[in-house]
Amino acid sequence: MQSFDLEAQGLRELNATLHAQADDTNQTAWEIDNPKGAHAIAVGLDAPIEVTVKGSTGYYCAGMNQQATVNVTGSAGPGVAENMMSGKVVIEGDASQYAGATGHGGLLVIKGNASSRCGISMKGINIVVHGNIGHMSGFMAQSGNMVVCGDAGDALGDSCYEARFFVRGSVKSLGADCEEKEMRPEHIEILKELLAEAECDAKPEEFKRYGSARNLYNFDVDNAAAY
Amino acid sequence: MKTHDDKGIPHTSPRQSATFTNDINSDIRRAAATGIYDIRGGGAKRKVPSFDDLLFMGASISRYPLEGYREKCETSVTIGGRYASNPIELDIPITIAGMSFGALSGPAKEALGRGASAAGTSTTTGDGGMTPEERGHSNKLVYQYLPSRYGMNPNDLRKADAIEIVVGQGAKPGGGGMLLGQKISDRVAEMRNLPKGIDQRSACRHPDWTGPDDLEIKILELREITGWKVPIYVKVAGARPYYDTTLAIKAGADAVVLDGMQGGTAATQDVFIEHVGQPSLAIVRPAVQALQDLGMHRKVQLILSGGIRSGADVAKAMALGADAVAIGTAALIALGDNDPKWEAEYNELGTTTGAYDDWHEGKDPAGITTQDPELMKRFDPVEGGRRLRNYLKVMTLEAQTIARACGKNHLHNLEPEDLVALTMEAAAMAKVPLAGTDWWPGKSGTGF
Repeated sequence: MQSFDLEAQGLRELNATLHAQADDTNQTAWEIDNPKGAHAIAVGLDAPIEVTVKGSTGYYCAGMNQQATVNVTGSAGPGVAENMMSGKVVIEGDASQYAGATGHGGLLVIKGNASSRCGISMKGINIVVHGNIGHMSGFMAQSGNMVVCGDAGDALGDSCYEARFFVRGSVKSLGADCEEKEMRPEHIEILKELLAEAECDAKPEEFKRYGSARNLYNFDVDNAAAY
Repeated sequence: MKTHDDKGIPHTSPRQSATFTNDINSDIRRAAATGIYDIRGGGAKRKVPSFDDLLFMGASISRYPLEGYREKCETSVTIGGRYASNPIELDIPITIAGMSFGALSGPAKEALGRGASAAGTSTTTGDGGMTPEERGHSNKLVYQYLPSRYGMNPNDLRKADAIEIVVGQGAKPGGGGMLLGQKISDRVAEMRNLPKGIDQRSACRHPDWTGPDDLEIKILELREITGWKVPIYVKVAGARPYYDTTLAIKAGADAVVLDGMQGGTAATQDVFIEHVGQPSLAIVRPAVQALQDLGMHRKVQLILSGGIRSGADVAKAMALGADAVAIGTAALIALGDNDPKWEAEYNELGTTTGAYDDWHEGKDPAGITTQDPELMKRFDPVEGGRRLRNYLKVMTLEAQTIARACGKNHLHNLEPEDLVALTMEAAAMAKVPLAGTDWWPGKSGTGF
């Protein structure tokens, strides 16, 4: 286990050190002490390493992650795992706005609640939230899966494309062109896998699926009121 | 036409309305027929105060010129030295503005790279990400970081020579983009992670930050990911140039790209293009003032875009304080867009040479703003690149000609004192004297 004191050694040194890890590095386990809500912790990683942040983080922790596993023992500020490509990010606490925004791949697990715009413009990432998510989550979401074990706020999946939303609790309201969809066996399989990977004991059968009604895919003046 | 009625009383001459012109009436008829606003490409077509309303005075007894064919007039510019360890060094201060793969064909993007590289300058990606053609043929490539984040990935980010965070675009300040289904080919759909054939919307705001304080943190993140090596530009529309430039500088930008309303877009509503934003002439001085007020003029570079067409425009923008300019529409014309040789086909599309702006429909006879494989074959990227290089060289020579005539041995040495304005509006916007006077509206101490 490699330890890094962020307060003493600084952000630049931290990210440069983590970026220097090659695919075949034998320094695969890292622990970051004293994060104290700093921004841009462990961003742009691209190696199969596991990084544990001992505390809470500011904006964009694990942004654009590739291959790495990043664990945050506290809560995460806005934009955690934004544009993640692959790997895994786990937040033990809550996540602020835009969690997993525009993510292309990998798995983001939030064991607490996620704030508004969770999974905004997601492009293939999988997100599992053990708690609730805030309003406008999944806005313009393109692809990937968002699993919410609690409730969803207003305007879930507004203007979404092909992303899937699985919600166990209530949905305060659906956004424009988002509708409840049939749960088919393949969706149960997707859920099973994601819940297991996210260490969540919820049952797939308890969830409802939501997604695009595809009415707004091509502009039609008769739908103008929906915009 | 009958000139008298049946009783022999003369008719008044038919009088066209200045309010309901034939153009306006055709807009109304089109709206009534379709129920949808007009979408088009390009920038503002209305006449606005422009660099044409300024003149250089040239040398006189008080200032002596440089010899055109003997004395040097430098044109190089360095962009991004504020924080980047690898700033961009350009031979000429004319860059190629961001235009997306999707809006443009792959060969057109290749040609932009070829031409820019041959002329010693940079080109820029656009919504939709970085293509291998473009990266492979661009010595200096600026990677746009847009609200949609289509095609955005860290591997390409690390391949970029600079990053341009796009906040706004001159053609549509406050608006997102759109790429209609006709242009969402398999390749475009794959790069953007979207279903083929849909009307694709590009967001108007970034998904993971709002406001200048967040922008500062976003810039920090991008610098950390790229090791503080490459410059980070912030592109804003010419909406509130003083404040936007101030906030971009405070957020940590290495350069500010300022885009006036003549700047083009691949597609947006005509009403947006013509009625939102400010002319390029009006936005330079407030931005330069912001840089000066913060002690950052020439430290944070100002790149002006929007309707730049000639070396005279380049020289005027630089005389007003810009460090460089960017061209988009002009570059497309150099490649062959709106070329008279396609007139018959423009007519078939209901338009004519010079007026073709339905770039979003993907039917471009010149094969540039299209994803149609047959139309794309008409465009030769090698020839296109050569034409763009020639055009960039001519613009540079023109700007040098003017600078030498003003006694300047570097384009950056041009200054507002070299200029006069032909109109009151231009004098007020550029803060240079109305020709024949020593006054401009708003000049301090004049009571106006």
